[in-house]
Amino acid sequence: MSDDVSNEVGISRNEVLKIAKLGRLRLTDAEVDALGKDLNAILGYVAKMGELDTTGVPTLEHAAEFGDTCRDDENRPSLPREEALASAPRTGDGCFAVPKIIE
Amino acid sequence: MEYEVVIGLEVHCQLSTRSKIFCGCSTTFGNPPNSQTCPICLGHPGVLPVLNRKVVESAVMMGLATHCAITSPNVFSRKHYFYPDLPKGYQISQYDKPICEHGRVEIVVDGVPKRIGLTRIHMEEDAGKNLHEGLGASSHVDLNRAGVPLLEAVSEPDLRSPDEAVAYLKKLRNIVLYLGICDGNMERGNFRCDANISLRPRGTTKLGTKVEMKNMNSFRFLKQALEYEIKRQGQVLDEGGKIIQETRQWDTKRGVTESMRVKEEAHDYRYMPEPDLAPVVVEKIWAESLRKAMPELPDEKRERFVSRYGLSEYDADVLTASRPLADYYEAAVTVFDGDPKATCNWVMGDLSARLNEAGTDIADCPMTPGQLGGLVKLIHSGEISGKIAKTVFADMYGTDKSAAGIVKEKGLVQVSDTGAIDAIIDQVIAANPGELEAYRGGKDKLFGFFVGQVMKASKGQANPGMVNERLKEKLKG
Repeated sequence: MSDDVSNEVGISRNEVLKIAKLGRLRLTDAEVDALGKDLNAILGYVAKMGELDTTGVPTLEHAAEFGDTCRDDENRPSLPREEALASAPRTGDGCFAVPKIIE
Repeated sequence: MEYEVVIGLEVHCQLSTRSKIFCGCSTTFGNPPNSQTCPICLGHPGVLPVLNRKVVESAVMMGLATHCAITSPNVFSRKHYFYPDLPKGYQISQYDKPICEHGRVEIVVDGVPKRIGLTRIHMEEDAGKNLHEGLGASSHVDLNRAGVPLLEAVSEPDLRSPDEAVAYLKKLRNIVLYLGICDGNMERGNFRCDANISLRPRGTTKLGTKVEMKNMNSFRFLKQALEYEIKRQGQVLDEGGKIIQETRQWDTKRGVTESMRVKEEAHDYRYMPEPDLAPVVVEKIWAESLRKAMPELPDEKRERFVSRYGLSEYDADVLTASRPLADYYEAAVTVFDGDPKATCNWVMGDLSARLNEAGTDIADCPMTPGQLGGLVKLIHSGEISGKIAKTVFADMYGTDKSAAGIVKEKGLVQVSDTGAIDAIIDQVIAANPGELEAYRGGKDKLFGFFVGQVMKASKGQANPGMVNERLKEKLKG
């Protein structure tokens, strides 16, 4: 698939590193190369859409049907606290415990 | 150099719903940490948010009240950033298609009305709360607030002074209180604002570099922080320096603003349409039914108080600045509608002073509008003088007695009987021969002395108009 990548939608190594940083991902050099290739392949695939003439076609905001998808303002039971905290790596005083936040 | 100040406000108001914006968890404040959470607001994988209809209704009413265009369909977006109080790693907010746009709010500063543009109002979820104190190497996170619904209203940079900013914030708070969509509690942060402020040389139009000030939760802090920033930025510019675009925080104890030094890349939010929520359709018929259900708003009420009760703009403005105060006034006028201006004076004067002294809100006023209306009626009919009315007011406050009852019980009825007043005047004249002689010799100022003596002798109950008239007659001799 990577053969189809056009230069216009190419993603640079620096951009891969930036995205990794925003996503808090620590990557090895080999992973940066591999993911760059994958991302370029995905962008190339999506770029095929650009070949179509979409003049006058309204933007599709969402694949679902529009309509009333709201619920009424009513309470439903919350989780017991022990259950809410059960999958947290660390807890304390009924809270999720995280490394000290410096503001 | 002389600078013009340019201010825009971003106001967050927490909506008074029973449940959160995307799940059924309670929004009650003050319960034990993490006792109001579920897989949706905890951001567990695979769960789906479902929008609370009341949030949409509140946003539409706020939009209509501020003359906005309602966007239909409007779209939720994900705003990505990492912070421990944000379980999903993104906040569900609105970005390029907010529910309300292009509105305006009217403010009055020093008697001058001004229109402030409202860029947009959008719906979003609140984050949780981080607890820092006394926890050593850890911070603790309480997610009861995560997912509580917020409206964010963004103004145009139309404000030109700290006073205008405060007037705008007060007006917006008044509107949400009238609509009943937010409790307006600023101490708890249920109504708070961020301010963008920049300076530019007076007479120029290009906007200067702005500084954003976060989370101001009182009118006083907002004013102080803006005044400080105007001084600080003015000094930097005067010395040939450049303003750094940054976020600053108001330090209430030291009375200065401080840079918060947020990392640059933290602001790359990577907005994208929220795939888990359908675009929100607001049918015209729905918006219209909400408009019809809306209560009278502050501006409309003010105009009606002026036209119907003949109040001044100023009086009407003070009364309608609080819906409970306006309601109280109107209830009192309903009991006795013969003198709306006098009723207004009592509400804004003695009653407000008494409430302020005790730190009591008008909503908890121990004197009913009926009691006050009854008092005004007695004054208007001439049964009691204004001076006696003050005594009756003091006696009545905090009891369930009527003004008429107190007047009767204490025998405070105004004496308007010529014979009785003449008798008192005769006594006073007889007791003050020296003053009488001086008065008749041309010392006109002594007239006031005689009035005072007569009123005193009547224990304040003599009709002052009649005392004046009869006294003039008698003193001539």
